Amino acid sequence: MCLGIPAQIMAITDAERCMAKVNVGGVLREVNIACIVDEEHPIEQCVGDWTLVHVGFALSRIDEDEAQRTLELLAELGELQQELDAMERSGAAA
Amino acid sequence: MKFVDEFRDNQKAQYLQRAIHELAAQLEPTLSRPLQIMEFCGGHTHTIFRYGIEQMLPKSIEMVHGPGCPVCVLPMGRVDDCVTLAERPEVIFTTFGDAMRVPGSRKSLLQARADGADVRMVYSPMDALTLARKHPEREVVFFALGFETTMPSTALTVLQAEREGIKNFSLFCNHITTAPTIKAVLDEPDLMLDGFLAPGHVAMVIGLQPFEFIARDYHKPLVITGFEPLDILQSLWMVLKQFTENRCVVENQYARVVQPTGNQAGLQAIHNVFETREFFELRGLGSIDHSGVSMRANYTPYDAERKFAMPNLTVTDPKDCQCGAVIKGLIKPWECQIFGKKCNPENPMGALMVSSEGACAAYYNHGYTGKAA
Ligand code: SF4
Repeated sequence: MCLGIPAQIMAITDAERCMAKVNVGGVLREVNIACIVDEEHPIEQCVGDWTLVHVGFALSRIDEDEAQRTLELLAELGELQQELDAMERSGAAA
Repeated sequence: MKFVDEFRDNQKAQYLQRAIHELAAQLEPTLSRPLQIMEFCGGHTHTIFRYGIEQMLPKSIEMVHGPGCPVCVLPMGRVDDCVTLAERPEVIFTTFGDAMRVPGSRKSLLQARADGADVRMVYSPMDALTLARKHPEREVVFFALGFETTMPSTALTVLQAEREGIKNFSLFCNHITTAPTIKAVLDEPDLMLDGFLAPGHVAMVIGLQPFEFIARDYHKPLVITGFEPLDILQSLWMVLKQFTENRCVVENQYARVVQPTGNQAGLQAIHNVFETREFFELRGLGSIDHSGVSMRANYTPYDAERKFAMPNLTVTDPKDCQCGAVIKGLIKPWECQIFGKKCNPENPMGALMVSSEGACAAYYNHGYTGKAA
């Protein structure tokens, strides 16, 4: 819940609601990117960005190296799979 | 030293380890007891155990594992409220998976689900909102917990629900705030802490300013720290460096993610939806002034506490639980009389045994029972 997981923004799916499709360790999911959009970095420029996602919300932009290192760390801590499972099994699907 | 091989960059790790030992050697003549440095955040606790960081440190430095695991400080009375809510037939109760096994005085959410309550694990508060859209005939309640790291997400979800006019969605708000919790730890009369590693992801949201009183008023060095093992070693070195130079400030080791002013959009959303509570109870720490937030009056329709009658009882922890003393660093987990016996990860009595980020679970899972460490 607290660690956050790196994800790359693939496409903007709903600009008004600040929703984007991201790739997290091979899993595609929609997240909210309102917190990383501002005047200097409008939403259409976000595609391709790496971000740190906490419970479905991108809270910061990170560089690709940082994203890779963090993914490796999460895998070593045994948290990567846990996060991906939580995403896939999220009750919303039911 | 056996763990150093596991660092991805073990040259850097060895270099940092040497640098830490050098600074500690300079400090040792001035010390009458080991320096105690608290890592506040459960995420850090996890990394410290995984990489055996304590074993790399000189005897003159002790790590104290702080209360920064939101699941671990959830009081029993709050879990009971969750269960009561979840048992209402019209309610779909949604929560992060971490909270499912926290014991209440009657049962945990997991047991409530086994007994027929509609409890669903979600990955994101947004998924709970999706459920509310799908099931207009039900009341979807999201169990909002966490420090400032998860607050933007719940605040933005409420704002979205309002925008769409969704009426069957509400938050059971149990968010807690970092700085007042650290202050409560600092105000303990028998406290011996000398410095802090502060949570990087909280700082990513709130910035550096809320931590400044700790250096200014309590004269404790504090370093905002990332989550890699090397981050933790580097931050420890930065804390020691402050001691050797007689400085006491807030420093940012995690500058690659943390902006000094935090995340403006996130802070704005938090400010719009939440306001500070006068006090909030944390398990093991008791009632702490201003340590929690509740929802502002204009979001009453989205506030489960106002929408549903809630028992809101304060329930005392079982007598032999010593979570409070562990959280404050007064005893080590294995010194709790029921550690590993009546209280273990399979059957947790205290919350510190529930989450992998809790100090007791970390000690237990890594086989520290007092002798080895
Ligand atoms: S062993 Fe159990 S009861 Fe004792 S402090 Fe740890 S979590 Fe609490």
